[in-house]
Amino acid sequence: MAVVTYLPRLLPTLFLSGRNLQPLISSWLRLVPPAVLAAMLVPSLLVREESVTLGFDNLFFWAALVAFPVAWKWNSLFATVIVGMGLVALGRSLGLGM
Amino acid sequence: MLADSLTACCRGARRALPIVLGYVPIGFAYGVLAGKSGLSEANTLLMSFIVFAGSAQFIAVGLFASGTGPAAVILTTFVVNLRHMLMAASLAPYLSGWKKRYLAFFSFELTDETFALHSSAAGKLNECRLEALSLNVTAQFSWVTGTALGLIASGLIGDIKPLGLDYALAAMFIGLLVGQCQSPVRIITAILSGIIATLLYLAGWHQFHIIVATIAGATLGLGVELWIKR
Repeated sequence: MAVVTYLPRLLPTLFLSGRNLQPLISSWLRLVPPAVLAAMLVPSLLVREESVTLGFDNLFFWAALVAFPVAWKWNSLFATVIVGMGLVALGRSLGLGM
Repeated sequence: MLADSLTACCRGARRALPIVLGYVPIGFAYGVLAGKSGLSEANTLLMSFIVFAGSAQFIAVGLFASGTGPAAVILTTFVVNLRHMLMAASLAPYLSGWKKRYLAFFSFELTDETFALHSSAAGKLNECRLEALSLNVTAQFSWVTGTALGLIASGLIGDIKPLGLDYALAAMFIGLLVGQCQSPVRIITAILSGIIATLLYLAGWHQFHIIVATIAGATLGLGVELWIKR
């Protein structure tokens, strides 16, 4: 696991550092971070048991609707994580969702 | 000279604070989950030291708990972490002045979160090597600390769900994503990539959806950018 998670991070910096990439490639690489974060995040918010669920039982989705503006306004990772986990915990204690 | 180095280290550590605040609770959640999955305490901690890849560790623990064999765990974490290849490649042009051994160390501690911080100040990476490395080390230290605390607490906590600990990773991605969306093109890219990932996931692609959606989303986003500039 250590090897397979390290190599993808190491090889590009070793071989690409200092080379001037084509402007088109570097524009593309600049769009990778938002793309990869969204790709990891969105399915985990929308999909429950193999289908898109936006009802109140999908707490992850509703907590995200609050966590996004929190992240936007305060620009704080900590506030976002605490508010998000707090809402999920609160929802569950009220007997909503899973 | 020494004083300069110290200031650089402090600056790096201070910039890592938002990550520390995120990593301690997430590392904690990982420690608790790993403890519950039956992974040994030594292996749980070792993973945080030598693997240091949050989402891969969560996934590995989940697979381990469901009795998946080592080969499948290794393949899955490889695919999930292929995204770091794109991240490392996107930082590489800013690391031209770095020696190989520093690059090796920097890459080892490159995660979604440290990457997000570094790419927001990528232009300064060449001058601020020490600051960047100190940021990384601080982040990993907090990750290991969180893991250790989680392991200790794992025996005391009956169920993680009432605490919302299983939401830690998603909430962190939300914070990082918002930080990355400074322009309309980036927002469009994120939305497209999110939709594609969801569709692929629904189609039954449970590992490769991340990397395929990333490539497709970034490519479509680039298309939009070129079309706007035209």
